[in-house]
Amino acid sequence: MALLKVENLRTHFFTREGVVRAVDGVSFSVEAGKTLGIVGESGCGKSVTALSLMGLIPKPPARIVEGSVTFQGRDLTTLSDRELEDVRGREMAMIFQDPMTSLNPTLRIRTQMTEVLDRHFGYSKDDARKRAVELLEEVRIPRAAERLDDYPHRFSGGMRQRVMIAIAIACNPKLLIADEPTTALDVTVQAEILDLLDDLRREHEMGMIIITHDMGVIAETADEVAVMYAGQIVEQAPTEELFDNPEHPYTEALLGALPQLEGENVRMGRLSSIPGRPPDLIAPPEGCRFAPRCPHANQSDGCVEHLPELREIRPGHRVRSRHPASEREAVPA
Amino acid sequence: MTENGALLQVRDLRKEFPVKSGFVIERVSHTVKAVDGVSFEIPEGKTLGLVGESGSGKSTTGYCILQLLKPTAGSIVFQGKELTKLGRGEIRRMRREMQIVFQDPYSSLDPRMTVGDIVAEPLEVHGVGSKRTRRGRVRELLDVVGFNPDYTNRYPHEFSGGQRQRVGVARALALNPSLIVCDEPVSALDVSIQAQILNLLKDLQRDFGLTYLFISHDLAVVRSMSDHIAVMKDGQIVETGPADEVYERPKEEYTRALLTAVPVPDPRRMRDRRVERRKLRHVIAEA
Repeated sequence: MALLKVENLRTHFFTREGVVRAVDGVSFSVEAGKTLGIVGESGCGKSVTALSLMGLIPKPPARIVEGSVTFQGRDLTTLSDRELEDVRGREMAMIFQDPMTSLNPTLRIRTQMTEVLDRHFGYSKDDARKRAVELLEEVRIPRAAERLDDYPHRFSGGMRQRVMIAIAIACNPKLLIADEPTTALDVTVQAEILDLLDDLRREHEMGMIIITHDMGVIAETADEVAVMYAGQIVEQAPTEELFDNPEHPYTEALLGALPQLEGENVRMGRLSSIPGRPPDLIAPPEGCRFAPRCPHANQSDGCVEHLPELREIRPGHRVRSRHPASEREAVPA
Repeated sequence: MTENGALLQVRDLRKEFPVKSGFVIERVSHTVKAVDGVSFEIPEGKTLGLVGESGSGKSTTGYCILQLLKPTAGSIVFQGKELTKLGRGEIRRMRREMQIVFQDPYSSLDPRMTVGDIVAEPLEVHGVGSKRTRRGRVRELLDVVGFNPDYTNRYPHEFSGGQRQRVGVARALALNPSLIVCDEPVSALDVSIQAQILNLLKDLQRDFGLTYLFISHDLAVVRSMSDHIAVMKDGQIVETGPADEVYERPKEEYTRALLTAVPVPDPRRMRDRRVERRKLRHVIAEA
């Protein structure tokens, strides 16, 4: 049985301008010890998906209007806020993009760490301190016992993210959700943090969801990938399969738009870009949401009228398009 | 032009910032060497990519060249003139020749000005043309950067990041500069939009013979734009050379560490790269 199973999740924002369908029918599951990567550009709904799982969406204006989030056999969408608090932090934890703002600048690291231990286990002061030192050591912060009494501003960005990770794993969660965990960090620090997350996932046999806009981070961390566009998953596959045989025109375009780091003469030629911009989620296109920007969409086959289903094109590889790469006819030259 | 044909020649550039301490009576306790002896040159029509991590001094170098910051020491020869010795009026005139595109198109455009006024401002400041000819020039510039000229009376907030960055580029182009310092011009943009702006910058370089100093922390982006690369660390250039040389055959351990730290969109390559990366871990010390 999957650790987490999300079915047909819809999170909408009820605003003055209209209903924003930020997450609109998303389904996936995460196995224990495995990493699911969710990738997409700003506004595609990847972060709102994560916040919905954690019960952290701002209510109002947001509301989960449909779907279920089954975690260890329980549907989280039916729990009260109080019950959810016991799950959150303890069995399921989250780290965010910006380690500069997610720690309280006026409290010592010690206070912020022991708070979690106290809330979930009622640790005594001494035990909590001992456990906090262990945790800082586990995330490889040098001189952990001394650093515990420092305030956040004494830590670099990477070290702060380590503290956030230490707090997140304090209760041995079964699932760790990392929302753009390295986006604010330098590339060398990013590499260290991604290594650390990978080691922790292994040691604690955690399931993990990594949310990112960076295809490189996906290639590095994920066992399986879900590509999101305009509130929906448009393609989902095991990581190597997705990079070897991208099927959805959006995934292809996204990969083509990336500048290459390796290879001689990669500077030659232009990057492929995607014309236009993602649709307004108050009134998304009726048919395929990518149709207005898709080079393969045409009038005759219903791209504009009917939303394609997410269908399995190969074992484990699902795509939401009428024109996946492997079904396209070669264009006569 | 300098004797060897470089449009811009920087020699032993230094920029120190005083660090003050004390609460009531402030004293300079020490100085931070943000740029510490940087030398390079850029031939006309070429791009030098300046890469490094945050705090390496790459943006400060750019600001010193544009005389937005006064260098502590060193020489900056642009079009044959020593910029550090010019008076204010002369610097003002030189500014027409060198412009900047900033990182964040959300904060670098004045929200109270229309798109048309933003692009026209440098023309007004330098007294170029009449009001009427300026209006024509603005439309022309917006057209060149792929921004609909009919939207000149709209405000920046009505547009997406990519469109706003096009406005930023149009403004930089207004005075027909020969050098543009691009300071992280696509770092705030989504991948598909980033590609549009990088392509635009390449087209403009080809069409107008522009010279770029391209500053970015993103090694793949820098590579896609640059003829030559300079890798910065702690205010100094640790390695410099033709782009293909530096990326394919890096000489310095730091450059190698930086390159192997980048996650590339290829799961199979990633496994080898992770092994390389762990071997180079000692080069990078985190505070």
